[in-house]
Amino acid sequence: MKRREFVKKSVGAGFVAGTALAFGSINNLFGKVPLPYSPADLIAVKGGNPGQMFDRGIEALGGIEKFVKPNQTVVVKPNIGWDRSPEQAANTNPHLLTRIIEHCLKAGAKEVRVFDHTCDVWTKTYKNSGIEKAVKDAGGKIVPGNTEGYYHEVDIPKGVKLTSARVHKLILESDVFINVPVLKHHSSSRLTISMKNLMGVVWDRRFWHRNNLHQCIADYATYERKPDLNIVDAYNVMMRNGPQGVSVSDIVNMKTQILTTDIVAADAAATRFFGSNPADVLYIRKANEMGVGEIDLEKLSIKRIMI
Amino acid sequence: MKYTSLKKLRVIISIVFFVLITLVFIDYRNILPEEFVSGVLYLQFIPSLLKFINLLSVSVVGFIVVLILTFFFGRIYCSSICPLGVFMDVISFISRKLKKKKKRFRYKEPQNILRYFLLAVTVIFFTAGSIYFILLLDPYSNFGRLITYFVSPVIILINNGVAGILGNFNVYAVFPVEIQNVRFELWIYPMLFLILITWMSFTDGRLFCNTICPVGTLLGLLSKFSLFKIRFDKENCTLCGRCTKVCKSDCLDFKEQIIDYSRCVECFNCLPVCTSNAIQYTYKKTGDHNSGDTKIKVNNLPDDYDKNKRKFLTFLLSVFAGSAIGSIKQDTQEEYKDSTVPEEKEFPVTPPGSLSIRNFTYNCTACSLCVSACPSDVLQPSFNEYGLSGMMQPHMDYHTGYCNFECTRCSEVCPTGAILPVPEDEKKRIQMGIAKFVKENCIVHTEKTDCGACSEHCPTKAVKMVPYEGDLLIPEVTDDICVGCGACEFACPTTPFKAIYIDGHSIHEIAKEPEEEELEKPVDEDDFPF
Repeated sequence: MKRREFVKKSVGAGFVAGTALAFGSINNLFGKVPLPYSPADLIAVKGGNPGQMFDRGIEALGGIEKFVKPNQTVVVKPNIGWDRSPEQAANTNPHLLTRIIEHCLKAGAKEVRVFDHTCDVWTKTYKNSGIEKAVKDAGGKIVPGNTEGYYHEVDIPKGVKLTSARVHKLILESDVFINVPVLKHHSSSRLTISMKNLMGVVWDRRFWHRNNLHQCIADYATYERKPDLNIVDAYNVMMRNGPQGVSVSDIVNMKTQILTTDIVAADAAATRFFGSNPADVLYIRKANEMGVGEIDLEKLSIKRIMI
Repeated sequence: MKYTSLKKLRVIISIVFFVLITLVFIDYRNILPEEFVSGVLYLQFIPSLLKFINLLSVSVVGFIVVLILTFFFGRIYCSSICPLGVFMDVISFISRKLKKKKKRFRYKEPQNILRYFLLAVTVIFFTAGSIYFILLLDPYSNFGRLITYFVSPVIILINNGVAGILGNFNVYAVFPVEIQNVRFELWIYPMLFLILITWMSFTDGRLFCNTICPVGTLLGLLSKFSLFKIRFDKENCTLCGRCTKVCKSDCLDFKEQIIDYSRCVECFNCLPVCTSNAIQYTYKKTGDHNSGDTKIKVNNLPDDYDKNKRKFLTFLLSVFAGSAIGSIKQDTQEEYKDSTVPEEKEFPVTPPGSLSIRNFTYNCTACSLCVSACPSDVLQPSFNEYGLSGMMQPHMDYHTGYCNFECTRCSEVCPTGAILPVPEDEKKRIQMGIAKFVKENCIVHTEKTDCGACSEHCPTKAVKMVPYEGDLLIPEVTDDICVGCGACEFACPTTPFKAIYIDGHSIHEIAKEPEEEELEKPVDEDDFPF
């Protein structure tokens, strides 16, 4: 017993001291193990506002305490890509972020950080998406993502096209990583959900576009620092003209949310809201083939909650 | 003594203007509100004059205020309001501190031929439809360029250093800012200008203002008739010469008791040093006209200016020849093959609100305020996009950024009216140019993979993805809803040539509103589709 503890501790210490940048955090070691006590692989909530749905969804997953331990640092990665107002649903719903941050802080998180590598000018998108204010009001910390200096090179050994990438330091440093994409139609990748949202944690996105976009999205999903939890915001869903939308006529008020630790399952389930087959979205199929997660919803235990 | 406080007041006003204008130009975080910026720059002579001509509006009468000020009190503008003038005072001050032997000015004859020649050339060119000499000589614009080109980057570097240190402690109140697109060939003129004014002011105070600056020369014509003037009291004067020694315009001759009012910038340095009350700043006395030699000599103009212009153009051409600087970083893990078809842009793109290339290039003095104010870094000084005579006038550089759909910052801050103010809704429909798609360069065509970065960034979906081979989608441009913002060009990942680029309009047009179609809802909204 003592010997085992010693090994565990020394491995952990070496991890933190020597290779924190390359491997992320100590949490990684244990975070990858699927939760054995999880009541369901995927929670789908429908009918409330974003905050209510999160309350119910996370409760069904056993509470945020399952993911966030006291004194841990948390990074929340929403989509803040575009200089659009909250009604246009081009970015993650700010009310959802408020609730997530509140839950994390209540569970004793030391700090909850929020960032995105935006497409439009980040100062504008942070402000006009309503996310900067929501995060600050909820007690979180908003962090810029549009500076090359914040990104550190990591290897993606399982990547086919994308074998290395520069990743934002918060992803590498924080104990807990919560991915909060908004479900949208997307002109490049067809749909943007959880995996596509991770394009906003790397620096050089043009590389992805040049070198088989779908493969690169799937490649990055194999990177070992995976989100500990994916929360898909499908409250207002942009059905066409994505990822920015032209007007609010592109939006359907779907009042849905998906919560799961399996990033492929999250995307597969969300794809169904568009009436599409998950396997037709190339990056979802590729990620499944590369063993990142489950594409077949039949094989998952899904808990459906109607509010 | 009252004159001591008068001089102090002059110094304080100068510093206030200098600091405020500098702040306006280094406001890389866009903190200052638009009203503040236009307020601070309200009295800048050339921008105000241009905007007045452009708008014919009584709301832009800063230059008239300056003329009135000059008529009453002399060249207050040169002394306190012009940031370049104050900058030269600073250099002059430093030179006096540095020199072991105390710097003493002495009376010198005016360089009349040169100064009136330059004023005449500036005016003639402008009336003939070219802003060229204003752009080169206007003190405000030159000051703006010095700050934008040389000071701002240093401030940003310091900012980034601080941000880097704070970032290590997870503090992000100060964040790094990118320094965009430094083109050294653009530094040549501002650098030469900086050397010129530094040398002139280091050795001889306000020599620039009285030999080269067309605004100074123009106001000098008026200040001869100012009501308030510095005047000698011949009876009290002891011929001690203190006043001449401190006259940074070299315009005061104590021996002859002459003041050349066309060159006096009302710095009031001479007043407090006089111990015998022989020199005073007073209201007009009758029959007191001791102005210096100020006859306009422009007879020999035509051959001279042609020669000068030619010389200058040859110089610029030689500069251009040696300007191919730049390197492209290559990613090592790429298999991507270079694009092959060069972009063929007929016209450069001018910012929204500039109406047309002609209007823009005729009114822009290249002060570069919009360049520092642009949050997207899309406005960049041009080199030869407008021809060499438009050098340093900004253009929309879609390789460094793209025009933010919701943003109207440049039109808010432009002090000359080269970019006219536009309401946000109108701005969204201004068509600065149109996207041209080059299939031969497109990833979808060459690599047979999905891309769509252009369409993703398009704010109006003028660039739409349409079915191509197999399951692939390829961009297609709907011209009449394209606004020419350049998001597609910026986002396009192909190198060295883009597969989609904006060709500017020589005259801006109005884009159509994107059509709204009824949305088909594919799934049952009240149940889970799984």
